Amino acid sequence: MHELSITENLLEITLRHAQVADVKKVTQLNLVMGQMASIVDDSVQFYWDIIAKGTIAQDAILKFERIPATFHCLDCDTKFTLTNQADFSCPHCQSTCVQVIGGDEFRLDSIDVE
Amino acid sequence: MTRIPIVEHIMEANTTLAMELNERLNAANVFAVNIMASPGAGKTTFIKSTISLLKDTKRIGYIDGDIATTIDSEKVAELGIPVVQINTGGGCHLDSNMISPALDKLPLNDLDLIIIENVGNLICPANFNLGTHLNILLASIPEGDDKPYKYPPMYRGVDVLVLNKIDLLPISQSCYNSLPMNFLHN
Ligand SMILES: Nc1nc2c(ncn2[C@@H]2O[C@H](COP(=O)(O)OP(=O)(O)OP(=O)(O)O)[C@@H](O)[C@H]2O)c(=O)[nH]1
Ligand SMILES: [Mg+2]
Ligand SMILES: [Zn+2]
Ligand SMILES: [Zn+2]
Repeated sequence: MHELSITENLLEITLRHAQVADVKKVTQLNLVMGQMASIVDDSVQFYWDIIAKGTIAQDAILKFERIPATFHCLDCDTKFTLTNQADFSCPHCQSTCVQVIGGDEFRLDSIDVE
Repeated sequence: MTRIPIVEHIMEANTTLAMELNERLNAANVFAVNIMASPGAGKTTFIKSTISLLKDTKRIGYIDGDIATTIDSEKVAELGIPVVQINTGGGCHLDSNMISPALDKLPLNDLDLIIIENVGNLICPANFNLGTHLNILLASIPEGDDKPYKYPPMYRGVDVLVLNKIDLLPISQSCYNSLPMNFLHN
């Protein structure tokens, strides 16, 4: 249920940048979200439609670019992304001595404005 | 149409505040741990045992996060240490903004260790750094050995994994030899 407070952060960041650039309308938010970020995108859009009402960003589309979780094998140095969610072992040497190196980012890369 | 570049991390507000909390704890020479687990995994029981073992040599404070009630903080207060109850009123995790006023209520300069019990939840707490020195996850045997796969963000973010309720191992169907322990090292 923490998507509401996250959506509030998102609206604050969006309006702050839109104000600085002195735009009429925000049409799209370009978001990057990792597989490990624990955010439900539909739910963010749902809250957005409610809390952005009455602002210049009210009709904005939230576009999510998804980044898979990436791992690094400490035994053979291979970098890989998850193919099977219940198997974290290295596809090259089958080692389970792996480190997560990416996939928990959640950021607003840019906004499209008019 | 114009595109305005931004590149701001949505969790930035929490991360910044967590760094400030960490500085505040360091300035007071207090070590802090954030204990996370699913509901009923045994967080309060484990914390009470830990406090009983340490309280003669360390000055300990306790902060509990629960949606409602003061049940856990009352239990821990019986051990004679300062406690603060945070009721999130529906919130599924603790964030740095809640810890900050809780620290105000503790005698920071007279403490060595602060134990924070997070809201019972295997999902969100992993994404909210509280400025603590260690993130500890309690996994209890009855939960089953597939939890690292089902809740990867929680398992990957922790510094310490404690296996709890090991007395139930003889009647458990799960095989704990297969826990992907190395996955934790991060
Ligand atoms: N068998 C067994 N039961 C335990 C153990 N530790 C705790 N329990 C029991 O597990 C139940 C939940 O314990 P709590 O310590 O309240 O768990 P918690 O994680 O703090 O629960 P919440 O704060 O409600 O999320 C209680 O009935 C405890 O007595 C253990 O090592 N073995
Ligand atoms: Mg408890
Ligand atoms: Zn490998
Ligand atoms: Zn949450």
